[in-house]
Amino acid sequence: MKVLTRWFSRNLIRIYMVLGFTYLFIPVAYTFAFSFNDYIKSNLVWRGFTWNNWKQPCGVLDVCPALGNSIKIGLLATFIATILGTLIAFALGRYAFRGRAVTNTLIFLPMASPELVLGASLLTIFLNLGMNLGFWTIVIAHVMFCISFVVVTVKARIASLDPRLEQAAMDLYANERETFRRVTFPLVAPGIAGAALLAFSLSFDDFIITNFNSGTTITFPLYVYTHAERGLPAQANVIGSAMFFLALIIVVLGQVVSAKRKVGTK
Amino acid sequence: MPDASTSAKGDLKLLNLTKSFGDFKAVDDLTLTIPEGSFFALLGPSGCGKTTTLRMIAGLEDPTSGKISIGTTDITDKRPYQRPVNTVFQNYALFPHLTIFENIAFGLRRRGVKDVKAQVDKVLNLVELPHLADRKPTQLSGGQQQRIAVARAIVNRPALLLLDEPLGALDLKLRRQMQIELKWIQTEVGLTFVHVTHDQEEAMTMADTIAVMNEGRIEQMGTPAELYDNPKTAFVANFLGQSNLIQGTIIDADGDFHVVDLYGQKVKVLKARSHSKNNSVLYAIRPEKLRIDNDGHTRPGNTFKGGHIVDVSYIGVSTQYQVEMPWGQEIMVFEQNDDGVPPLDKGDEVTLTWEPAFSFALDGSQDVNAGSEVNPEEE
Repeated sequence: MKVLTRWFSRNLIRIYMVLGFTYLFIPVAYTFAFSFNDYIKSNLVWRGFTWNNWKQPCGVLDVCPALGNSIKIGLLATFIATILGTLIAFALGRYAFRGRAVTNTLIFLPMASPELVLGASLLTIFLNLGMNLGFWTIVIAHVMFCISFVVVTVKARIASLDPRLEQAAMDLYANERETFRRVTFPLVAPGIAGAALLAFSLSFDDFIITNFNSGTTITFPLYVYTHAERGLPAQANVIGSAMFFLALIIVVLGQVVSAKRKVGTK
Repeated sequence: MPDASTSAKGDLKLLNLTKSFGDFKAVDDLTLTIPEGSFFALLGPSGCGKTTTLRMIAGLEDPTSGKISIGTTDITDKRPYQRPVNTVFQNYALFPHLTIFENIAFGLRRRGVKDVKAQVDKVLNLVELPHLADRKPTQLSGGQQQRIAVARAIVNRPALLLLDEPLGALDLKLRRQMQIELKWIQTEVGLTFVHVTHDQEEAMTMADTIAVMNEGRIEQMGTPAELYDNPKTAFVANFLGQSNLIQGTIIDADGDFHVVDLYGQKVKVLKARSHSKNNSVLYAIRPEKLRIDNDGHTRPGNTFKGGHIVDVSYIGVSTQYQVEMPWGQEIMVFEQNDDGVPPLDKGDEVTLTWEPAFSFALDGSQDVNAGSEVNPEEE
C-alpha cells in the first residue's frame, strides 16, 4: 500500500499530464477515426473501415467549394489585415501622437466584444448600406476582427526591438528607407509572419460572424454546421483531420528550425 | 552623394551647444574644440550631459541651439547618415540578423564602396578576429562583440569616431585589456576618437585630453596629468582620484608660494596651483603625496602634527590610513609598502609631511564633497 502511494505521488504530474492530453485530443482522435468510417448518410455510427473518404475528399456535393471559399477568404483577409495591422502597429509602437492611448485601448475592443454583437452589427451596417451579402462581406468582416490580433502581435515585436539598432543603421549611412528595409523590417518580420498565421487560423475557423454576413456563400465552418443536423459526410472529417495534420507539420517544422538556430548560437 | 558624410575633415568644433529637455538643461552652452587625430574623453557622472553631447555630434539628438562643425563644414542640421561620424554604441548594437561580415560591410555597402571584401577582411585582421566573419553576433563573447563594434565603425574611416561607454559591459580584466587595445587601434588608424565615460581610470588610460563634465558644463579640460595634479575645482579634485580638502585662509606670500593657515598650522602652496579668487581656500593634498610617521621624526616640507590613526586598511601594494586631525577632520593617507616596515597601528599618534609643490588650493566657497558622492556606476 505504502509503495503504491509513493509511486502515485511521484508520478502525479505524469498522470495529470496524460489525463490532460487525453481530454484535449479525444475529439481530434474521434474525428480522425471517423474519417475512415464506411458511413451511410450519417457519420455517427461506426460501420467499418474504408479508404474511400480519403480517396475522394470532394466526393460529396458542396464540401470542396465550401473549403475553397474558406481558403480564399482566409488568404485575402489575412493579406489585408496583416498589411493594415502592421502599419497600425508601427504607428502605435513608434510614434507619439495625440490619441495614441485611446487608440491602443480601442484596438483591444474587437477582441473583447462578443462575436454575436460584432456579427449582428456588421449585418445591420451591410443591410443599411444596401450591400449584397456574400464573399466580399465575409472578407470585410474577417479583416475587421483579424486586424486587432495583428496589431497586438506585431506591436509586441516592435516593442522588443532595440531602438539603438536603427540608430546604428542611420549612423552607418543608411537613410530612413534603407534603415527600414535592411534593419527594422527583417527584425520585425517574424512577428508579422506569426500575426499572419494567427489571422488565417482565426478567419478559417470563424462561424458566428460569418453566419450573419455570408448571404448564400458557404464557407467550410458553415457547411459543417448546416450538415451536422442532417448527417455530416465523413469527407468533413477528412478535411478537418487534414487541416489538423497540416497545422501540426507547420508547428513541428517551426520548432525544428528554431531549435537548429539555437544550437547554432551556442 | 557628394555630401559631408565623406568629405569633411579637420577639428571638431562645438559652439555654444545647448540641449534642453523641458526646463532641464542637459548640455549648457558648451564650446569646445577637439583637434583632428586626438583621443578625447568626455568624463563625468551619469546625467552630466556627456552622452547627450555625443548623440548631438552623431546626429541622433537635435541641439536646442548652437553649432557643430568638422573642419569648415557645418554639420549641425545634417542627418546622422550625412555625417562623417561613426559610433560605437553602448552594448554595441550589432545587427542580430546579419553575419559579422555583413555587420562590418553595412556602412561600406550603403556608401557604394567597391572593394567591400578587401576592406572588411583588413579591419577584421586589425581587430584580430578574421575567423568570425560568418558568425552571428549572438555567437560572440562580449569582448569579441566589442571589437566587432569598433571594426564596424572604423572600417568607414570616419573623420570622427564616437565611443559611448564602450567598455561598460565588460568585466574588469577584459576592460583593462580593451583600453590598451583601443588606444593602439586609435594610434594605428589615426582617427579622432571621442570617448564618453564615467570611469576616470578608463579616461586617463586612453585619452590625450579629458574634459570633465558636470551639470551640462565643462568643469575643466586638460591632459590626465594636468587634471590630476592641478585641478581647478573641488568637483574635479574629488572626481578624478581622491583628495583631502581642508578649509584654510591665505595669510602671506613667500616667493612662488602662498602661505596658508590651516587650523593654526602654516603650510605652503604654489601660487600657480592656487585657484581661489580671495583668501578663503580649500587646501588640497592627494592621499599618496602624504608621508606618515609615528616616531616624531619630521621631514622637510609642510607638516601636520597631532593626528591619530583611526583606521588601517592593508591592500597589498599600499596601506591606506584614516587619520583624525586635531580639528576633527579625517585625512586619508596612502603609503606605498615599499620599505618592508610593518604598517602603523590604529590609535598611533602620527605626523604627516608632504612636499609643498604637490599640493593645490581651490576656491574656499565650494562644497568639500562635490564630485565625491556621485555614484559613477549608476546609469
